Amino acid sequence: MVDRSGTPLVQMRDISVAFGGVKAVDHVSVDLYPGEVVGLLGHNGAGKSTLIKVLSGAYQGTGEILIDGKPVEITNPRDARANNIETIYQTLALADNLDATSNLFLGRELVTPMGLVDDAAMEAECRKIMGQLNPNFQKFHEPVSALSGGQRQSVAIARAVYFNARILIMDEPTAALGPHETQMVAELIQQLKAQGIGIFLIDHDVHSVMELCDRASVMKNGQLVGTVNIPDVTDDDLLSMIILGKMPGASAA
Amino acid sequence: MAHPTSQGLPAQASRNWLQKLELDMRLLGMIGAFVLLCIGFDLFTDGRFLTPRNIFNLTIQTVSVAIMACGMVFVIVTRHIDLSVGALLATCSAIMAMTQTQILPYMLDFGLNHPATWIITILVGLLAGTIIGAFQGLLIGYLTIPAFIVTLGGFLVWRNVAWYLTGGQTIGPLDENFRRLGGINGTLGETWSWVLGVVLTIAALWVLWTSRQARARHGFVVKPLWAQGVLSAIFAAAILGFVAILNAYEIPSRRLERMFEARGEVMPEGLTMGYGVPFSVLILIAVAIVLTVVARRTRFGRYIFATGGNPDAAELSGINTRKLTVKVFALMGFLCTLSAVVASARLANHSNDIGTLDELRVIAAAVIGGTALSGGLGTIYGAVLGALIMQALQSGMAMVGVDAPFQNIVVGAVLVLAVLIDILYRKKVGA
Repeated sequence: MVDRSGTPLVQMRDISVAFGGVKAVDHVSVDLYPGEVVGLLGHNGAGKSTLIKVLSGAYQGTGEILIDGKPVEITNPRDARANNIETIYQTLALADNLDATSNLFLGRELVTPMGLVDDAAMEAECRKIMGQLNPNFQKFHEPVSALSGGQRQSVAIARAVYFNARILIMDEPTAALGPHETQMVAELIQQLKAQGIGIFLIDHDVHSVMELCDRASVMKNGQLVGTVNIPDVTDDDLLSMIILGKMPGASAA
Repeated sequence: MAHPTSQGLPAQASRNWLQKLELDMRLLGMIGAFVLLCIGFDLFTDGRFLTPRNIFNLTIQTVSVAIMACGMVFVIVTRHIDLSVGALLATCSAIMAMTQTQILPYMLDFGLNHPATWIITILVGLLAGTIIGAFQGLLIGYLTIPAFIVTLGGFLVWRNVAWYLTGGQTIGPLDENFRRLGGINGTLGETWSWVLGVVLTIAALWVLWTSRQARARHGFVVKPLWAQGVLSAIFAAAILGFVAILNAYEIPSRRLERMFEARGEVMPEGLTMGYGVPFSVLILIAVAIVLTVVARRTRFGRYIFATGGNPDAAELSGINTRKLTVKVFALMGFLCTLSAVVASARLANHSNDIGTLDELRVIAAAVIGGTALSGGLGTIYGAVLGALIMQALQSGMAMVGVDAPFQNIVVGAVLVLAVLIDILYRKKVGA
């Protein structure tokens, strides 16, 4: 069981994001403890991705973000990385014209003492991490545009886990994957959990959230419906939260 | 690496043979086209095209456009465009012309042809070009005005700033030392050209060898030793052959006599001297090497290509794409000044129409050289080769006696055709 007695790894308090007049995220608060997987659920357009992009530095919102109980300023993706927050975007955010190695180290290249990028050293590291994540992966010298959906996904995952993330954001990580690869991602999540990494998992699939997550926060129309402990709820409870925006037991009470 | 099943097929085997050299097939195609073009013109001109003299001239005529084309590769790779390079060249040229003929000699009392004049002039020019380029980059990167618009405006602005600065007059003659950077008036001479050729050859072989070593150290597959040997031999032959050709262009004996007279000496009987590598070509070689290293081996270069491939991904990877845009355009401005130095020194004057239509030649050179306007793809050596092909076409047709309108019609058609071939090639290899 996840120990929730200490300070949360991440606290997002009272976050709001507006695009023009539309409130995409409306006073939402969520938190995350070390070694915990928190699922973010909701319809398309419910505001899950927007909320999480505030944490990864892609969007600016109002409200407060605390890491280890200390308030931090995250105004761009560089700030997020400095706080050991890594993100696997739904779009994967890969530069299609570069190879897997260049994408893995993009923005954090290894350099030689002369300040030039050290391609051989980076490729060696890339082969190591890809060997763990996706042993069949061989296309190290081709642009990632030539890779399959699953291979691209594993490059994006490798990029997030290689740099000692403490907080990992996964935006529909299994959307492009087959059953076998999905199973691998599930195993990876268990591994990372065991290392004490906190994970926000955005997913459409209630079933996989029930399987992978410790808690789930459900959003509807930019607002937080509520956060529940997974062991305390059923698939149907989650579904009614997503569709009707009602907390389980609310109708019974 | 080949599948065991495919080894028996001869077609496959010959492809593997080429693949083992790990050469860029696209580059080979371009070099092939260039060689065919040269041989064709040579046949039509009864052997006048491929003479040391004409190759020398072709080389120095290419330099100005080629230098800017190198910078244009970075601009286009980041999904921008720069329509102002010809006008910017004119402004930089005008600033430098005024500096070396008016400000330094008379206002600051340096006198004519002072030994420091050319250096100060170039520094002033480089500063101006870089600042103007950075300013345009700022408008594009931070104020998010499309590059097309900013540089279209710049095209009008800088062309006429140049006009205003000189009052529309031809400014000259330029400083004597400055003029040595134009081409024929300043060359390395035979001995130093050979020294340069040998140094470049050793450097090229060293780079090939160390990159092989680095890959071997990490236990990656490296190309077979014979392939390494062939590649090294090709490089050495290309570099030394180029030097040999430029050295073979002999300084006319009357001119040589005058050079000795100027120094108060008498020319020894029967002496011949080759021109060797012009300083302007030396500048182009330096620019091409430095920018190739920048493109391939620096973070800055990596970010340029990443931004061109997927701007959002680059931004999310923590790359400051706005600052990158400013840097790329500042570099473009810097290179425009270098081109301005070469172009005005070659003409010995600053004329009001200097660099007219250069923006189109530069973009065409980069595009013929394989730079994709959709961004993310392009090479420096491709752009240099593209500039060379354009110049060869132009002067080859002039030598054959093709009418001026037809020359431009052909160049335009070739540009479109080159891009079409490139698109078909990329579709075929799926890149």
